[in-house]
Amino acid sequence: MKNADPIIHIKNINKYFGTFKALDNVSQDVTPGEKVVVLGPSGSGKSTLLRSINRLETIDSGTIIVDGHDLYDPNEDINAIRMETGMVFQGFNLYKHKTVLENLTLAPIKLKKMPGEQANDLAMALLDKVGMRDKADSYPVMLSGGQQQRVAIARSLAMEPKIMLFDEPTSALDPEMIGEVLEVMVTLAREGMTMVVVTHEMGFAREVADQVVFMDEGAIIEQGTPSHFFDNPTHERTKLFLEQIL
Amino acid sequence: MAESESEKIEIGEGAAIPSPEDKGLVSAWWIALLGTVALLIALPIKDPSTYGKVLTFIPDGILVTFEVTILSISLALVIGLLTGLGRISKNRYINLAASLYVEVVRGIPLLVQLFYIYFALGRFVRVPDIVAAVIAMAFCYGAYMGEVFRAGIKSIDFGQSEAALSQGFNQAQTMRYVILPQAWRTILPPVGNEFIALLKDTSLVSILAVADILRRGREYASESFNYFETYTMIALVYLLITLILSKLISNMEHRLSYYEKR
Repeated sequence: MKNADPIIHIKNINKYFGTFKALDNVSQDVTPGEKVVVLGPSGSGKSTLLRSINRLETIDSGTIIVDGHDLYDPNEDINAIRMETGMVFQGFNLYKHKTVLENLTLAPIKLKKMPGEQANDLAMALLDKVGMRDKADSYPVMLSGGQQQRVAIARSLAMEPKIMLFDEPTSALDPEMIGEVLEVMVTLAREGMTMVVVTHEMGFAREVADQVVFMDEGAIIEQGTPSHFFDNPTHERTKLFLEQIL
Repeated sequence: MAESESEKIEIGEGAAIPSPEDKGLVSAWWIALLGTVALLIALPIKDPSTYGKVLTFIPDGILVTFEVTILSISLALVIGLLTGLGRISKNRYINLAASLYVEVVRGIPLLVQLFYIYFALGRFVRVPDIVAAVIAMAFCYGAYMGEVFRAGIKSIDFGQSEAALSQGFNQAQTMRYVILPQAWRTILPPVGNEFIALLKDTSLVSILAVADILRRGREYASESFNYFETYTMIALVYLLITLILSKLISNMEHRLSYYEKR
C-alpha cells in the first residue's frame, strides 16, 4: 500500500500573499485510498495547502501533480482535473438558488452531460447515504448547518471524484451538529475514498487518519501516524500545539 | 470616480417601487393610482372637446413610447451585462474599456447624447428616427445598467463561485449557472427602477421627431392652443403607466425571492 504511486504529489511548493509566506517549501504525497489529516494553528497555511491541490489557490513555485496531471501544465484542462477532486468548504457554499436535489444534479448534468433521470437517481442515492433524502426539495436556507454540510458532501460525491478535499468542514457548525457530519466522513473513509482533511477534530484525526501532517508558519513541521503524532510527537511546536488543544 | 465596495445598489431616478409587504389599501401607491384613474376619466367627461380630444391623440404615442422603451431597455441590458462583466474582468484592457465607457456616458447629459448620436449617425448612415433614438437611449442606459450588473454580481458570496469552480465549471459556466441566476434577484429592483426612469426619459426623444406620447400631445396643443389641458393629460398618462409598472416590478421582485424564505 505504502509503495503505491501517489495520486497527489506535492513537491517543494511555495506561496506568498504579498510578502507573507503562506507556504514554505511544502512537499507531501498522498497514495490512493489514503486519509491525510492536516493539523495546525490558524494561519499556518493548512487551508492554503488544501486549496492549492485543486488550484483554487495558485502557487508561486513548485509542482503539484494530481492523478497524473500537472496542475500547472498549460496543456492540462484544470476543469477536467477539478471534476476528479471534490471539495467541501467550511461555509458549505451550497448553491442558494437551487434545491438540495438540484445542488447535486447541476454539475453531473451540465459537465458530464448525464441524462436528468440518471442524475436524479444518483443524487437520491447519495442523499440517502448522507441521510438527507427527505430534504431533496428544500432550499439550502431551510436547512441547519449540519444538514447543509451533509448535502455539500453529497454534492461533491455526485461528480464521482477520486479525491475528496475537506477544508475545516465542521468549524462553522454548532457543537451538536459536528457529529452528524463526521459520521458521514468516517463512512466515506471506510469505503476507501482518498481524503485530505483540514480540521481541528482530534478525535477524527486519531480514528481515521493514515497520516497526520502538522503545519506551522507555512511549513510541514511533523508528519506520521496518529499514534506517533499524538503519543510521541518529536517536535517542540507539535507538543505545544497538542498541549493547547487537548 | 470613487469606488465604493458597498453591496447596496442605489440608483435613484425611477419611481418609488412599492414594498411587497405594503399590503394595506391606504398606501401612497393606491391613492396615486385611484386619483390618476379618476382624473383620467372625470376630466374628459367634464370637457370632451379639450381633455377628451387629447386622449384621441395620445394612444399611438403610447405605443411608440413603449416601443422605444422596450427596445432600448433590451439593448441596454445586453450592453449593461457586457459592461458589468467588463468592469469586473481581470483583463485590464477590457476593464479599462468598460470603465471608460461608463465614465464618458455618465459625464454627458442624456439630451446631449441623444442629439449627438442622432446627428452623428445621420452624417454617415440614414437610419429611421426611432432607431437612432433607441441606440442613443441604450448607449446611455447601458452604462448605468453596467454598474447595476457589476454591483449585483459582486454582491454574490465568493464561496458560490469557488464551489462551482471546484466542481469543474469554467468561469463562464460559473457565471451562467450559479452567479447570474442569484445576482438577478439583487439586480431586478434597480433594473426595474432604470426601466421606469428610461420610460420617462423617452419623452426626450420627442425632440428627435419620434411621435411618442409627448410629441403627439405637442402636435395637438400647437394646433388647438389647449396647452394646459394637454400637458395635464400627458402627465396623468405617464403617471398611470409608471404606477402600474412599479407595482408589476414589485410583485416580480417578491416572487424572485422564493429561495430566501424559510
